[in-house]
Parts: sequence; C-alpha cells; structure tokens
Amino acid sequence: MTQPDKPHINRSHLIKLLQEMIRIRRFEERCAELYTQQKIRGFLHLYIGEEAIAVGCNQALEPEDALLCTYREHGHALARGLSMAAVMAEMYGKQSGCSGGRGGSMHLFDNSKRFYGGNAIVAGGLPLAVGLALADKMQQRNRITACFFGEGAAAEGEFHESLNLAALWKLPVLFICENNLYAMGTALSLSESEQDIYRKAEGYKIPSLAVDGMNVVAVEEAARNACTSIRTAGGPFFLECRTYRFRAHSMFDSQLYRDKAEIETWREKGPIVQLTNWLRDYHQLQDPELAEIEQVVEDEVEAAVVTAENADFEKVATLTRDVYTGGSS
Amino acid sequence: MPSFGADMDSGLLQEWLVKQGDPVSKGDIVAVIETHKGAIDMEVFQSGTVRALLVEPGTRVKVGMPIADIDDGASAPASGASASEPAPQHTSDKTAVSTPALQRSQDRVKASPLARRLAENAAIPLQDLQGSGPDGAIIAVDVNAAIAGSDPGAAVPKPPDRSAMRQAIDAAMTRSNREIPHYYLATTIDLQAASQWLAAFNLEQEPDQQLLITVLLHKAVAVALRDNPEFNGFYIENHFQPSPDIHLATAISLRGGGLITPAIRYADQLTLPEMMDKMRDLTLRVRRGGLRSSEMSDAGITVSGMGERGVETVFGVIYPPQVAIIGLGKPELRPWVIDNTVQARLLVNISLAADHRVSDGRQGAKLLRSINKLLQQPECL
Amino acid sequence: MAADTETISYREAVRLALQEALRSDSRVFLMGEDVGHYGGCYAVSKGLLDEFGEQRVRDTPLSESGFVGAGVGAALGGMRPIVEVMTVNFSLLALDQIVNNAATIRHMSGGQFSVPLVIRMATGAGKQLAAQHSHSLECWYAHVPGLKVLAPATIADARYMLALALEDPDPVVIFEHVMLYNELAPPPVESDRLPMDKATLRRSGNDLTLITYGGSLPKVLQAAEQLSQSGIDAEVLDLRCLRPLDTTAIVASVARTHRVVIIDEGWRTGSLAGEISAIIMEQAFWELDAPVVRVCSKEVPIPYPEHLEQAVLPQPEDIVNAAKQLAGLA
Repeated sequence: MTQPDKPHINRSHLIKLLQEMIRIRRFEERCAELYTQQKIRGFLHLYIGEEAIAVGCNQALEPEDALLCTYREHGHALARGLSMAAVMAEMYGKQSGCSGGRGGSMHLFDNSKRFYGGNAIVAGGLPLAVGLALADKMQQRNRITACFFGEGAAAEGEFHESLNLAALWKLPVLFICENNLYAMGTALSLSESEQDIYRKAEGYKIPSLAVDGMNVVAVEEAARNACTSIRTAGGPFFLECRTYRFRAHSMFDSQLYRDKAEIETWREKGPIVQLTNWLRDYHQLQDPELAEIEQVVEDEVEAAVVTAENADFEKVATLTRDVYTGGSS
Repeated sequence: MPSFGADMDSGLLQEWLVKQGDPVSKGDIVAVIETHKGAIDMEVFQSGTVRALLVEPGTRVKVGMPIADIDDGASAPASGASASEPAPQHTSDKTAVSTPALQRSQDRVKASPLARRLAENAAIPLQDLQGSGPDGAIIAVDVNAAIAGSDPGAAVPKPPDRSAMRQAIDAAMTRSNREIPHYYLATTIDLQAASQWLAAFNLEQEPDQQLLITVLLHKAVAVALRDNPEFNGFYIENHFQPSPDIHLATAISLRGGGLITPAIRYADQLTLPEMMDKMRDLTLRVRRGGLRSSEMSDAGITVSGMGERGVETVFGVIYPPQVAIIGLGKPELRPWVIDNTVQARLLVNISLAADHRVSDGRQGAKLLRSINKLLQQPECL
Repeated sequence: MAADTETISYREAVRLALQEALRSDSRVFLMGEDVGHYGGCYAVSKGLLDEFGEQRVRDTPLSESGFVGAGVGAALGGMRPIVEVMTVNFSLLALDQIVNNAATIRHMSGGQFSVPLVIRMATGAGKQLAAQHSHSLECWYAHVPGLKVLAPATIADARYMLALALEDPDPVVIFEHVMLYNELAPPPVESDRLPMDKATLRRSGNDLTLITYGGSLPKVLQAAEQLSQSGIDAEVLDLRCLRPLDTTAIVASVARTHRVVIIDEGWRTGSLAGEISAIIMEQAFWELDAPVVRVCSKEVPIPYPEHLEQAVLPQPEDIVNAAKQLAGLA
C-alpha cells in the first residue's frame, strides 16, 4: 500500500478525496433505490466499489483535458464536476439532464467539462480518445485525453487498434483500465490468456503500470505520474487499476457467476472503508466530522432528487431535434 | 415488489430473510426474489422495524405492489417495503380507427391510379371505358381520349357481351392452355353400391334433406385428395405449393352466362349432409351475390360437373394457378360386364386433367383409383 | 481515351477537391489506408503527400475501426478529418464507429457535440474484384439517422461535393463508384456546383422517369439515349444525396411523367430502390399510370468472371427493356 507521504497528500486533501468518494457512493445508492421504484429506467450500472479510480485519476487531470468513459460513468461525471442535479435529471430522462434527457444513465455528456460521454459499446470509446488526442496534437495543444474502460475491452479489436495508433502517432492519451475482474458475468480468467492487462500495452511500447484501484491515494499518485509522463514524453500511458464492483453488473443480475464470500472479502478493502480507517487510525478523522460529510452529501443527493422530480420532460414535439445540427432531416 | 430491470414486470417472492418485529437497516437483504434472470437479493432502503410481511413465499407479485410494511418511525402504516406506488398504467387513449371494409366485387375495373383520378375529376365512369394498358387496364391515355372524345380508337364503349367475367375467364383459360402442359385420364366408375346406399339413406330423410349422388362424388374426390396431394395446390413461380387444406372449387354456371367457381372449404371434413347444404348455399349465393373472398381464392383444385347437361365425359381446362381439374360426367344406367354377364348398372365417367409439371399419369391413375375405391364403400363417406 | 487538356477524370476531380480542401482549411486532413506513400488504392490522393506532408496526409494501419473512430474523435476535437476507407466492404469493420458513435453522439449528448467528419469510400462492381470488394451497401448507411450520404455520379459532383460535405457540421459519407474514376468530362466550372442534398435532372423527358444515383448514372443516360431512338422520351433523375432523399424532386418528376423505373446497383431486397418506390406510393400514388419498376442487382454475391459479374448488374439493355415494357412498347 502506498503511504500517503507525498507533498500534495495532506489531511484536507484526504478528506476531500473521502468526501468525493462518499458523494459518488451515496448518489448511486439512491439511484439503486430510485431504480427499484421505476423512477430510473433502462440499464443502471453502478460504480460502487470502484470510486477510488475516478476520484484518484481526476486529481491529476486539468480542466482542459478530456474524459471518455463507459456506461459505468456516474462516478467519473461527478468527480469531473458535473452537477449532481444535472446528472440525476439525466437519470430521470428530464430535459434539464446533462444530456438533455436523451442519453440516460449510460450516456452522460458535458461539453463545458470536456466530458465526452459514457460510451455503451465496450471499447467503442478508445478510438475516439485517439482522435481527440490527435486533434490536440495537430493543433499543438498541451492536453491529455483520459479514457476509462473495463478489462472486458481488452478482448475487443478496437482496444488493440487504438493502443497501436496512440503509440504509433505518440498521442497524449491516458488509458485507464478499470479491471474489476468480470466482464458482465465472465471472469477475466475465462476470457484472457494474458490476465495482466497492463502487459498488453507493453506489446505496443506504451509505458504501463498496474495499481491498487481500491486505494485512492495510490491511484492519484499513479495518475499524476502517468500524466507527467504524457506531458513530458508526449506519448500515451496505460494504467491498470485493479478493483472490484460490489454490486451486480446492472440492476437485473442475480450474480450466479461469483459467490458472496468473494464479494465480502473485497468489501473489507473497499476504497471508502480503507481511507476512513486509515484516517481514524491516525486520528485524522473524528466521528462528528464524518457525520457532517455524510449530512452534506445526503443534502446534496436529496436536493438533486427533488430537482429531478420537479424537472420537465421534453415535449414530444421536439422529438427529432439533435439528429442533425440545426434541425432534422 | 422492486423492479430490477426494465423487462421485469413481476417477481416471485422466494424467501423472507426477516420476520415480523425484526429491526432492519438500510442496505439489509430482506428477501430473495426469483426472476427470469435467477434469484436476486432484495435490499431495503429504509431503516426501521418490520411491521408486517404482506406476501407469503411462493407468491408472484407485480412490480410496485407492497410486499411488506416497515415502520421507520415516520411513515404511516401500510407503506410498502419498496416504498413505491404501482406504476401508472399506460392505457392507450386512442380509439381504434376502423377502415371501412373493402368492397370486393367481381367486376372490379383495372385502372391505374392516375386514370382513376382523371376519370373521377371528369365524372367518367371507368366501366364505360376500354383499357389499352397491360391486361386491358385503363390508363391515363384512355381517360384523356374519352374526355377529348376525339379518338374513337382509344375509347370505344365497352361491347355489352364482353363482361369483365368473360374477360377474366378468357385470360385464365388462355393462360392455362398456353402455359400448362395438360394430360388427361378418364375412367368409368360403377355407382351401383353408392346409389343403393344413397336410396336407403334418403328413405329416412325429409325431402329437403335428401342427398344427390353428386355430393357423394364430390366427397369421394375430396377424401381421395388426402393421399394424393400433388393434385391439390398451386403452381407459382416455377414451384408447386401443395395446399395444406382441401378446398374444392365447384363450377357453378350463371343463368346469364359465364361461370363462377367458389370453394367448398375443408370439403374432406364435411359430412355428406353438410356438403349438400354447402353446395346449395353456394349456388344460391353465386346467383344472388354474397360470396366471401376466401371462397373465391383458396381452392387448390376444381371439380366440374357437366352431368346435368347430359355430357358423358369432361375434358377440363385447369384453372391456374391450380394444377388439376376433375370432370364429372352424367351418371347413367349403362351396360356393364360383371362376372361375364352384361348387366345394367349406374355408371359415371370421371376424368382428370392435370399439370404434367407437377404430376404424371401414374399418379393420376392412382387418384382415380382412390376415388373409385371410396365410391364402392359409400358408408365410409 | 487519353485525357487531353480539355477533359479531366473523375479521379482528378476528387483529387482537386481534396487539394482545395487541404489548402483552404488547416483543420482538414486526410487519413486512411495507403492514402499517402502509395497514393491511394485508386490513385486518388497521388501527390498530396508531397504537398501536405505526413501529418495531413496520414497513412493508417489496417485498423478500420480504429482510424474511423479516431476521425470521429478528431472531429470532436475541432479538426475537419476526411477519412478514406478503401471500399465499402471494408467499412463494415468500422460500422461500430460510424453507426454507434458518429451518427449518435450529437443526439446522445443532447446537441452538445457535433461530429463534422467526412468519410469517403469506394463502392460498386465492374472490375472483377469478386464478392469482398464489389458490393454496393450505400443503402445500409442511408438507413441511419444522424448520417448524410452522398453519391457523386458526375465529374462536377466529384469536384464540388467534398467541399459541401466538409462545410456540413454532421458526419457525411461519400460513395465513389469504382467504375466512375476513369470517366472524363470537360473541367467543371463554378456554375456546375449544386446544393449538397438536392437531386437533379440529368435529362428532361415526358414519357417516363429513370431514377438512379452513383455508378449507374452513365448506364441510365445510355439507356435514355436508346429509348429516345424508340420514340420514348425519358427523364433521368440523379438522386446525388441518398440521405436525406430529395423527395420533392422525386414526386415532381413522377407528377410529370407518371411512370418510373428505378435503377439501383444494390440488391433489390431491402434496397434504396424499394425505399424510393415506397415514397412514390405514399406521396405520388395518384400520379402513377403504371406500377413502379425496379432494375437492381441480382441477388447473389458479386462473382469473379466478367460475364457473370455483368449478368448481376443492371445493364443499359435491362433498363431499356424495363422502360419499354412500362411504356407499353415491349
């Protein structure tokens, strides 16, 4: 476990990381509840257990950098600074949602945050990241494109095509593999001959690293190093974050593929528990302070739900808007 | 009952993991719900005490219905564990708009959409025009000529004797003789057994319930087709499609000339009295109107009886896309050799004209033999 | 057939269009398999590498999904990429990026992001390239909302349509028929530039309308010429843009001639010809004086031998026969 002894790791920063992770956790727990009440529909893929990755990586990214994510992207959106109210409204399909209600849980977008969406085709976002980075490079902009994807993406051709292109053209892409060990219900061992995903990047001469994805400080440190490498050396970097999702793949999943003991083992080293315990052990966090964090988060979640509930659905009359720029054909 | 997925509309409560009076906290697993994707743990989103379990294990419950009552110290009794209300039912408020039933008439005029529009605008009845398009269809030039009244060649009034029906028969028979390689078989069948059985049957019937011998002949043909499917069906686009059912088209002549061939549907499944009724009914409706479209289109074979005209043998022309026609001659008392003696017997000549692309003479002979055999056992019909 | 100074080829017209685009906008770059050092599979981009360099005339690995998706990303990032896919058959490897990303991102993001991407690809049969290099799948792309689909059939359109596609803020797919690359015409002039999404009459006529697009246009014009010798005055409508279809032009022509033959190198089943036929049925039924007729490719993968390949494709004689039958002169 990386000790939080770097200069930027001070107490207030750790508390901020903790609060950010709790914010994502509570938001998603509420989403699960709203889903069972049929307020949220479609697929709902929860990030619970993996929060350290989105939060840790975001510490290393600048506002002008770009992000591309998967359909499990609520955490990234919140960590990136999209307003919780806009994300919740999107979950409801309301017009005030961050994608105007057209995308839903799997397709959160925000131009102002350079947040290029949840992409629901596994590995479908990787070529886009290559292109965004190519545009930056061709226009001599010093930006990074961070691309998050699960380990399931490593089986797709687009993964390999994108890694090759990014390396070949020395593009500023931060590839972040969120390895939670299961592609839906298929264990990594059932789908990959090389299960150290970061080693696949070596084949493309991309510097790569595996990190404990349950330790937000370790993730942040790795992401900062990766970004430094990209900004100085110019080419891509590949970060494999080893993690675990505590919840089902989506809501409608009886989890026949793994047993509860395994989930429990991972829960014990969950990112929030881990950081909370560490802070307590070092007397850096008192119960009232934690309670206050929880209260602030709860209030924010509640406000987001109220806003979403009260927001308007788009009128059917504008159904064909946004198919083409400036109207539909 | 919580919803775990958009395609879940109900769940089977498999097991309660809590009982009445148990304290529960947010996130606890309280029940196991069986769904079509397997068993899913159900968590609660409130903390409190289980006031009541409303549903027994083994019960299937619609999404949104309460299955338990949790006292969280705030909410009133009877709020469900899932705290959700049943989803509003999206009933359609659209009243079904019904299109008026299409009128199907036998003398439908073939005309292009443009010709129809032009004729309607000019108030010219299409029936008065003769078409110059494909298959005699009326096209724009015909209507325009009639409007102009200047081109007698293009728009002469329709000759009164060339009815649409006559044209249809002409077209079908021309096509038949051009396209279908016919072969012909005929055989004489002894109807003595059949007529004796019929006489005995009719003795017990009211006069209006009595059967005619032609009913037995039709029924025998229908039953014989069961084992000879290559004569019952349609030849379309170079392929024979056997008809799954046995519908016999029966030729009924019209008083004013021409003939119509409506179907006796499911003929092999009708009892003899039912078939008799059906034939009477069809004859009536042919002459008065009121045939259904299915009766005009789905017969896989035609039976043509010319007996009432005193004809001995029929040499039929197949009605395309059918592949066979059975001809029934006039049943007559004629000399017949039985056990080396000449006897007077009631005989009928039954003929078959069939499409050589689908069957051959050996199969045709088998069909005629089957009909004969059935007519020797009339009680089985 | 050598090009003299008075004519240019379709290939040269596309090259001029690319050159003009690269010269006039620094955001434009060309990317695809063998577009640089090789000069383009169909020699369209020959010489461009020398003028614009490797950054802007960018050879890619054989990674259709990767580089088409990179084109989508670069468009999102402010560039104006022109991505060349060698043939429509290969574009199936990039279908995910075209259909799931390029066509949807604007909508999924609630209008926040546009994808100003141009994808060019070769299409069609006639060069004995057999069943994996010869198909006409324009109709698959024309099915997808969010895309625009162009089929330049003349040297003038080859010269001017690319610029229009680049000006468009949404993804545009351009199909260049392989049999057109060697076609010759006098160099087009500015007045030949037509709007991107309008069909145009390549020949006016009164008796019937021949509707077509892309590589079939020369055959259709040839057929129209033959028909005129039989006294049939045929109108030829070149669709040019396959999505959105210029329904107004289609209906207007049907209203004039009342008889239609649609010529489409795609397979008949589920074809664009079927779509156009349905549009006519829906919007011009009462103008029809005869059933709509389609002349399409036979329903087999394109075979290698020349005589079989030609037997699959719509030929001028097929068009003439269909038109004569329709005019009641067969």
